[in-house]
Amino acid sequence: MAIIAHEHKNSDGCRARILAIASGGGHWVQLLRLRPAFAGERVAYVTVNRAYRAEIGSAPFYVVNDATRWNKWALFRLALRMAWIVLRRRPNIVITTGAAPGYFGVLFGRLIGARTVWIDSMANVDQLSLSGRKAGRWVNLWLTQWPSLARSDGPRFEGAVL
Amino acid sequence: MIFVTVGAQMPFDRLIRPVDAWAGERSGSNVFAQIGRSDLRPRNIEWTAFLDPLDCRQRISEADVIITHAGMGTILTALEFGKPVLVMPRRADLRETRNDHQFGTSRALTRAGCISVAWSEGELTAALSRLDQLPAPRRVASHASLQLLTALRTFIRGDAVLPVAPPTDVLTQLKHPAVPTSPAEEQIEKKAA
Repeated sequence: MAIIAHEHKNSDGCRARILAIASGGGHWVQLLRLRPAFAGERVAYVTVNRAYRAEIGSAPFYVVNDATRWNKWALFRLALRMAWIVLRRRPNIVITTGAAPGYFGVLFGRLIGARTVWIDSMANVDQLSLSGRKAGRWVNLWLTQWPSLARSDGPRFEGAVL
Repeated sequence: MIFVTVGAQMPFDRLIRPVDAWAGERSGSNVFAQIGRSDLRPRNIEWTAFLDPLDCRQRISEADVIITHAGMGTILTALEFGKPVLVMPRRADLRETRNDHQFGTSRALTRAGCISVAWSEGELTAALSRLDQLPAPRRVASHASLQLLTALRTFIRGDAVLPVAPPTDVLTQLKHPAVPTSPAEEQIEKKAA
């Protein structure tokens, strides 16, 4: 962890480069509620709806297509676009509240050495989302928003967006 | 004003129809509905297919009551403004959504005192007739819980160990006043400095 702490002191001073990713609706609203945790860092946002730009001010903003596991072509396009964004932003932190764009974001983020966070949506009360279950295995911080879903070998509970 | 919204993903005619019928039976009901890409043409209420997120937020802030599916986006925004929310969960067997997670969300948030739930169209119609009795929830802060923000802050700054937070039950947390905006942010910014 000492090495990671050192990495923060990069050419931009010691601000972290955060890539914050969410698909539409509740995922996006939940991501916006995390903003105080990003205070003072360099944040770029990725989402699926151009109109959301109005909510984040002047921060860098990327729009991607949304996709589900049933649409392989959309998944492929999304994966390519997310890879491009990750390579371009070179984040050292990737944070997502789901779903598909965040899945690729933490995957590619991990591949370039970023530390990654998956926060499963508060909508998932009875079981984790499928993308959350998959992404959880290789993110650095895997969180659920419901204490009953926390596991010693699974996601931990560290509070909720509410 | 009563604001009805089904979210951006799929229409939800089963929610809109009873509201439209109810509005037709009484004069002077002031209803605005976002109904999604639907063939339905409501006759007694004002409606639109989609709204920009900021418009939607504005409508929620101005509404007396919000009627919606169990979508976290609408519910969180409504709670932020302390507006009463009447929810009808989408059903997977009717292809209104992909799985029944909206039932879990509805159950948990009702238990927490955040929303009122109509489990069926019948219950929705019944609830509409006593809409003015819907309890207004306590307003919540515009940001996540201090516990979650602290965990993320610690992670972002690269500290090796997350602070050991006391075991917090979300439901308890919900019933008690949320952390006011400014002190929470101040504390986090102080940590960041």
